Amino acid sequence: MIKHDVLIVGAGLAGMRAAIECCEDLSVGLLTKVYPSRSHSGAAQGGIAAALGNSEDDSWEEHMFDTIKGGDYLNDQDAVEEYVKAAPRIIYELEHFGCVFSRMADGRIAQRSFGGHSKPRACFSADRTGHAILHALHEQLMKRGKEIRIYNEWYLHSLIVEEDQCHGVVVSNVKTGEVEIIQAKSVIFATGGYGRVFKITTNAYASTADGAIAAFNAGVPLEDPEFVQFHPSGLYRQGILFSEAARGEGGYLLNGKGERFMEAYAPARMELAPRDIVSRAEQSEIDAGRGWNGEGCIALDLRHLGEARIMERLPQIRQLGIDFIGVDCIKAPLPIQPSAHYSMGGIPTDMFGQVILNKDKAPLKGFFAAGECACVSVHGGNRLGTNSLLDATVFGERTGKSAAEHARSVGFGQINEGREKAGVLKQIEEIFQRTGTESYNDIRNTMKDTMMEQCGVFRDSGKLNECLKQIKLLQEKFKKGKVTDKGKVFNTELFEIIELGNMLKMAEIITVGALNREESRGGHYRTDFPKRDDDKFLNHTLVHKDGDQLKLDKKPVVITKYPPKERTY
Amino acid sequence: MTTFRIKRFNPEKQPDPYWEEIDYDIPDGATLLDCLNDIKWTMDGTLSYRMSCRSAICGSCGMKANGHALLACQRQAEHLIKEGTDSITIEPMGNMPVVKDLVVDMEPFWDKVNQVKPFLKEEGERPEKERRQSPAEFKLIDDASTCIMCGCCYSDCNTLEVDKNFLGPAALAKAQRFVQDSRDTATNERIRELSESGGIWDCTHCAECVERCPKPAKPMDRIKEMMGVAIEEGVTNNNGARHALSFVKSVKHSGRVNENTLPLESMGYFNVKGLMELVPVGLRMLLKGKIPPIIHKNIDDVEDVRRIFRELGE
Ligand SMILES: Cc1cc2nc3c(=O)[nH]c(=O)nc-3n(C[C@H](O)[C@H](O)[C@H](O)COP(=O)(O)OP(=O)(O)OC[C@H]3O[C@@H](n4cnc5c(N)ncnc54)[C@H](O)[C@@H]3O)c2cc1C
Ligand code: SF4
Ligand code: SF4
Ligand code: FES
Repeated sequence: MIKHDVLIVGAGLAGMRAAIECCEDLSVGLLTKVYPSRSHSGAAQGGIAAALGNSEDDSWEEHMFDTIKGGDYLNDQDAVEEYVKAAPRIIYELEHFGCVFSRMADGRIAQRSFGGHSKPRACFSADRTGHAILHALHEQLMKRGKEIRIYNEWYLHSLIVEEDQCHGVVVSNVKTGEVEIIQAKSVIFATGGYGRVFKITTNAYASTADGAIAAFNAGVPLEDPEFVQFHPSGLYRQGILFSEAARGEGGYLLNGKGERFMEAYAPARMELAPRDIVSRAEQSEIDAGRGWNGEGCIALDLRHLGEARIMERLPQIRQLGIDFIGVDCIKAPLPIQPSAHYSMGGIPTDMFGQVILNKDKAPLKGFFAAGECACVSVHGGNRLGTNSLLDATVFGERTGKSAAEHARSVGFGQINEGREKAGVLKQIEEIFQRTGTESYNDIRNTMKDTMMEQCGVFRDSGKLNECLKQIKLLQEKFKKGKVTDKGKVFNTELFEIIELGNMLKMAEIITVGALNREESRGGHYRTDFPKRDDDKFLNHTLVHKDGDQLKLDKKPVVITKYPPKERTY
Repeated sequence: MTTFRIKRFNPEKQPDPYWEEIDYDIPDGATLLDCLNDIKWTMDGTLSYRMSCRSAICGSCGMKANGHALLACQRQAEHLIKEGTDSITIEPMGNMPVVKDLVVDMEPFWDKVNQVKPFLKEEGERPEKERRQSPAEFKLIDDASTCIMCGCCYSDCNTLEVDKNFLGPAALAKAQRFVQDSRDTATNERIRELSESGGIWDCTHCAECVERCPKPAKPMDRIKEMMGVAIEEGVTNNNGARHALSFVKSVKHSGRVNENTLPLESMGYFNVKGLMELVPVGLRMLLKGKIPPIIHKNIDDVEDVRRIFRELGE
């Protein structure tokens, strides 16, 4: 059996930052199903927020207020305060690590505007910010190669929990197919988001809810799952992201009549209103038959920015347009549509990354979570652009610290190795033994279509009930699927099937959360309840596992500085 | 209908790789990755390859199509159909052992990256805020920092084919990112290490990596930049640099070097700096008595050759 003081699952920004924090005097394992540098953090383009005040005066208070207003007042304000205060230090540290940032003429870090932020506070590296930070952190891991053991291309199956204490994880080595137990005093999940549940998404194929569902299966509730962010500028039909930086740099959104339609929805902020608002505006235009070229898309027009600025600030976006649809944004607008982008909800934690089990915040000792898979909640009902890389880095660090402290204070517990391993082996064997004829591909596609149509930008009880029925049907079909690869070596089909199982569960949890929340707030919009309802719903959703059923509960929102107000832009 | 000729390998089933032909209708606008996914999900679930972001940023989906490494998610499948045929040949990347089908073992690749000490070396106290770096200084490392570690360059590097000791293009591009980072304090030490055997002077400047790189990282250009740094830093007491300097001298003296006439002319006979950049091409050729890598076997159409000359002429 493999043993580590701290075992981290996920090597995006959150996981790697956590590893750096706890490797000094402890044995650290970092496990990831893709190589660290292939984590989806690398796809982040636009920037990372911090009130450095490099190009305009700025303060953590303003950053805090923007974040809370952007989140439609569902954020826990004590956590937001810690988070925005830590931001400048975290950015300087990344810079000291060697991260490559775009600069101002005087050599300081350049900053640009982003949706929902009242000041230009997005630090960036051209339009490859996530990539630059991911690689800078990966470099730090390579520097600490002796201290941190990296398990590249290992897959997390489940969490080992006895009573209120976590003891490790059950995993597979993808290359050999061997199932192993890793025992740890502290386990951190940093497994990212689950946008792949939806048809049109900016997320990578690897963003499949594995971590969230492993936690859920171990008795941890999921918080605010109904809050999914739809990004206004995913490539039409595919979801490949064109960063909000395109609008931050001054890009226009045009409907089929050539109008800058945001005038009618958010006259003060126009294209730079928060994402939930822009996505709904786009969808409304499309639904009203005012799509670009009469199709289900909107035009992102950058032509007026000119070649020089596009080449300097948005080179990768231009290349994406050329590679994936043959459109050069210097000469023509890009067709875009709302695309599932970010999971505000996730594994509930306190502001130190400690995972909690219920509304009274009882801890699951030794279990921590950070990054997109976690819900602290600093983003509330809607995350502002550039706030997520910051979340992953700030809470990666904080969680690393908590996990290290915990690991220093306890010894290794007892694990029933045989039983834990057998559980996963049985699950795999069961998949291999299935003799049904259902196609996993059809199941996956139907799930994605259903979630997009019925649980997407606009929701109502009719659609959501329909959605839930369909998802349950798919869960049944899933058990009757057909497998072609029963080998051990690099069996990607097997892991895709397990991921699909996780996503089907996640889809159900999202839908149930959405059905329950009879109001509209942030990224969650109910056409049958179009107003925010603070009396009934100014609280977090907790979805608990109750046998095969789901049980709903509420957790209060922490409000310190900014009492809820109407949210207009 | 297009025939996908795919090189399959499954060590659990049989020890040798074999070719499989799959007929498949390429949907409009589908990338090579879209096609492979569709084949995997609807025809043969055992087909194995890596992929994640499908937007050319994670570097997972490197493989060879028609003999050249590329990112499957970045190319329209239509464009890959070989002229005069209706087929696309797909193989795993080269220079790395194959694990299964299109999945290669990238450990040798990462080992090399690790060897160049790919992290910023700092001295003294860190400033309270950010270190200053001018936009011009940023520009020097901007290209190298776009590398996504896909391995396409490593796969097709000619030197690596004959010399496993060579650090290879990606690791060297990564090295440049630090050698020329205004914040790094170990320039001289780095360039010394990089000048040893297996380092910058072993590159034959075949430009294959520039052709294959899906990003602006373009390793050979970075290698040339580091050669410049080596000369500037006076790190010339090693075989590579010495040969390079004497080669330039001899060329200057005689003004004629057989098969290298073409590249030499494209640079100008007495453009010492330009010649410097070409040196290792000639060097390899002279030392090993090989044909110039410029007409290496892998380069099989004229447009490829033209592009390479354009690159060299820069
Ligand atoms: C296209 C795009 C652009 C974005 N742009 C921005 C931006 O400009 N600014 C911003 O602030 N935010 C942006 N975001 C959001 C932000 O990038 C993410 O929220 C953030 O990077 C998440 O980081 P993470 O460390 O939590 O997870 P990730 O980087 O997604 O990493 C997840 C890790 O978990 C591992 N993992 C998952 N499941 C398993 C398993 N079963 N077994 C083993 N390992 C597993 C993966 O291998 C991976 O290493 C963007 C998101 C997308 C999709
Ligand atoms: S130019 Fe040099 S590094 Fe690039 S492929 Fe050729 S030999 Fe390899
Ligand atoms: S240098 Fe280019 S081809 Fe080589 S690994 Fe980096 S991105 Fe890939
Ligand atoms: S899938 Fe990420 S680079 Fe192709």
